[in-house]
Amino acid sequence: MKLAKVKELLNAKVCTDMDYENVEVFSACGSDLMSHVLAYFKDRGLLLTGLNNPQVVRTAEMMDILCIVMVRGKEPEPEVVKLANEKGLVVMKTDCTLFTACGLLYTEGLRGGGY
Amino acid sequence: MAEVIRHTWQVLADDYSTAGEASASLKKVLKQLGFAADIIRRVSIAMYEGEINMVIHANGGTASAEISEDRITITLADSGPGIPDVGLAMKEGYSTASDRARSLGFGAGMGLPNIKRCSDDLKIETEVGVGTTLTITILA
Repeated sequence: MKLAKVKELLNAKVCTDMDYENVEVFSACGSDLMSHVLAYFKDRGLLLTGLNNPQVVRTAEMMDILCIVMVRGKEPEPEVVKLANEKGLVVMKTDCTLFTACGLLYTEGLRGGGY
Repeated sequence: MAEVIRHTWQVLADDYSTAGEASASLKKVLKQLGFAADIIRRVSIAMYEGEINMVIHANGGTASAEISEDRITITLADSGPGIPDVGLAMKEGYSTASDRARSLGFGAGMGLPNIKRCSDDLKIETEVGVGTTLTITILA
């Protein structure tokens, strides 16, 4: 699924600078526990989380995650946006809850990438 | 790669904004050296979990990596409080992390089990009141 579609489905706002529309993700993971992301997420893809601190970007970098969606209307800290821009990661924010955001993307065909 | 390549990083205590920089640096080196994606992924996860542990529990420390053609060996050495019960620390879900660490998405009791899962060999040397050294080996 292209990130342009993700943005549209979640009515999200893009917080980072790089081009995102044609970046494609093939799987997603929703979690507020970064250790679980490190343990269970296998594929390059999309991370949905309610956390908004730099360790989310660090975790995403370790896992080759291409885009982070911050749910529940969380505003990413400026440090998060700066770090994501440096690392070439896309950060979006949406007012959807984690459950709703995952459901919307799942309904449109995006699947989990974990075990 | 004929020779062994060595890198060392200082990991700062309680510095959650820079935690992970050593792991990112090692990942970049491995990519440049052309290691397979699966190996880089396992090294990255093991190193990052270890680095976070040092920040959360151990007042920081020293992370080093020895890279050769057939293996990557990571050594994480700290002068922290040590691990009183290694068996318990290896159990998924057991954690002594602070509220601060938990608020950042860690402290789920997955650190050492994740490191073990990603490594071909994990050696834990620890003494209460003295410190802990993890030696993680991943075969390439």
